[in-house]
Amino acid sequence: MDQFYGIFLYVISLLTMGGIYAVLALGLNIQWGFTGLFNAGIAGFFAIGAYVSAILTTAPSLRHLGGYELPYIVSFAIAMIVSGIIAWAVGKVCLKLRADYLAIATIGIAEIFRLILKNETWATNGPRGVSMIPKPFETLPEPWNQLAFLAMILATVAAIYFLLETARRSPWGRVMTAIRENEKSAMAAGKDIEKFRMEAFVVGCMLMALAGAFVAHYLKFIGPNATDPMTSTFLVWVMLVVGGSANNKGAILGAFLIWTIWSASEILTSRLPDELAIRTAYIRIFLIGLALQIFLQKYPKGIFPEVRPKPERREASSGPAASR
Amino acid sequence: MIEFLNFYLIPGLVLGSIYALGAIGITLTFSILRFANFAHGETMLLGVYITWSLVQFSGLHPLVVLPVAAMLTVLVVLGIDRAFYKPFRSSPTIMVVIASFGMMLMVRSVVQFIWGVQLKGMTQGIQRPMVFFDSLRISPKHVMIISATIALMLAVHYLLSRTKIGKAMRAMSDSPELARLTGIDTEKVVRMTWIVGGAMATAAGVFLAIDTHIDTNMGFKMLLPMFAAAILGGIGRPFGAVAGGLIIGIAEEISSYPWIGTEPLLNPGYKAGVAFAIMIVMLIWRPSGLFKGKVF
Repeated sequence: MDQFYGIFLYVISLLTMGGIYAVLALGLNIQWGFTGLFNAGIAGFFAIGAYVSAILTTAPSLRHLGGYELPYIVSFAIAMIVSGIIAWAVGKVCLKLRADYLAIATIGIAEIFRLILKNETWATNGPRGVSMIPKPFETLPEPWNQLAFLAMILATVAAIYFLLETARRSPWGRVMTAIRENEKSAMAAGKDIEKFRMEAFVVGCMLMALAGAFVAHYLKFIGPNATDPMTSTFLVWVMLVVGGSANNKGAILGAFLIWTIWSASEILTSRLPDELAIRTAYIRIFLIGLALQIFLQKYPKGIFPEVRPKPERREASSGPAASR
Repeated sequence: MIEFLNFYLIPGLVLGSIYALGAIGITLTFSILRFANFAHGETMLLGVYITWSLVQFSGLHPLVVLPVAAMLTVLVVLGIDRAFYKPFRSSPTIMVVIASFGMMLMVRSVVQFIWGVQLKGMTQGIQRPMVFFDSLRISPKHVMIISATIALMLAVHYLLSRTKIGKAMRAMSDSPELARLTGIDTEKVVRMTWIVGGAMATAAGVFLAIDTHIDTNMGFKMLLPMFAAAILGGIGRPFGAVAGGLIIGIAEEISSYPWIGTEPLLNPGYKAGVAFAIMIVMLIWRPSGLFKGKVF
């Protein structure tokens, strides 16, 4: 019985983290899938969300900035806004240049943010990180607290999915695709390309910050090396490419699938002797990288290929879809 | 003043030389293959570990085995190009950027798997610095790094300006379509680009390893300064990249000099941010770089 209960709790944690990664993958999908923007600094925006929300909700502490004890909903909102403002500044510099420059700049901003987290000890407690972060529903008895948290994550994923699907079918979404497919003709059609790109970049980074806030509260701890920044950025990319770029269902599926493989393979390798366990950890990274390369080359559309909204026919334009 | 020279300017010049060699490869791949190669830092990392193994195996000085190590590294890089980048030659270049991004983690995990993650040293023992004019101290390894860098840069200059393949490389950097029409073997040019970039990256990595130590994060730490150097000098301008590398290396070191009062001007913990700041300023003010490079 105990064993089943353990598996039950593991499945809940798997789904919770998978759901959080789904938020990240959906955020990246807006940027890469719909608009063709390369964000190589996902971990940076994720960390911004995690730290902002953690600092705003913790009890007063001598080790770091804090003691505001704001409600979660407010801290989530502020985390997203801060991330959005930083994304706006990065976008202002890079979005008029080709995608490569944005990739370089985002990897840079993630590194800068890590330097700040390590050096500004008065605010972040430096390398030791922020602990004792409150967790929503933690007063409920076990396992209801875990289930309630999971429900919150899954509801968020569903809400974001619904909003993104609506956006994708809207004229806004179609302009995004147009820009991705052929920038010049979109420009010729009178679309303000930089503005649309900026919207996609900012919204995507806000979702990444929300995922960061979720993780900080879920683990009740966040430090500058809580997760290796490159590995987590990279995992989200693999999730989206494998699941299917520009398909929101694909992003969600990819997140749960890759996270399950990643987490389960960690359990397998951790049973090996120490020296071997450390080395096989690198094999896991190598294999997941190889999976990305194979999908890029052989199945660039992913598991769920992109489905473009059907153009409405003139005579059928009497329904609510005609309201453009 | 002499303290400034000994502890800030000369280390800056050494670091700058290392960045400069690394940035040559970045700027060449960016202008000839038209993509930002995220795996370039890991090329450097691989070259360093291959050199380390050769040194352990043969007992020779790192500089002696460097040509062999560079050759082996270039072979790996050419293999990576063939297997992972070549399939995307006719696709949008952003696909190769993603492939190189994945390659960055793959190469690093292979290095970590084979060699482990503990710190290593390239050379043993501490060298006594040479003293000039009673107070100017330069360590012999710094003299060696700077002079070897100058020699390598002259070699690259000769290759690009005097040889046929060098001219073909410059032609392809200016316009790939025109280069193809005039009968240039573009795949040969691509190979040469990887050879030059890979060899220079290996040299840069080995110099860094001689100056400091070896660890598996050194490639990634070099990536941002190298990109910044290439952008500062102008994409497609190898000498611009060299100038950019020197400027960034020196700027990083002298940023923590106590210019005002007795405190370092910039907390040394933020040294790595200097390259990023310079890059952002360039992207805002002049994306074509100091020497009128390309902007994509």
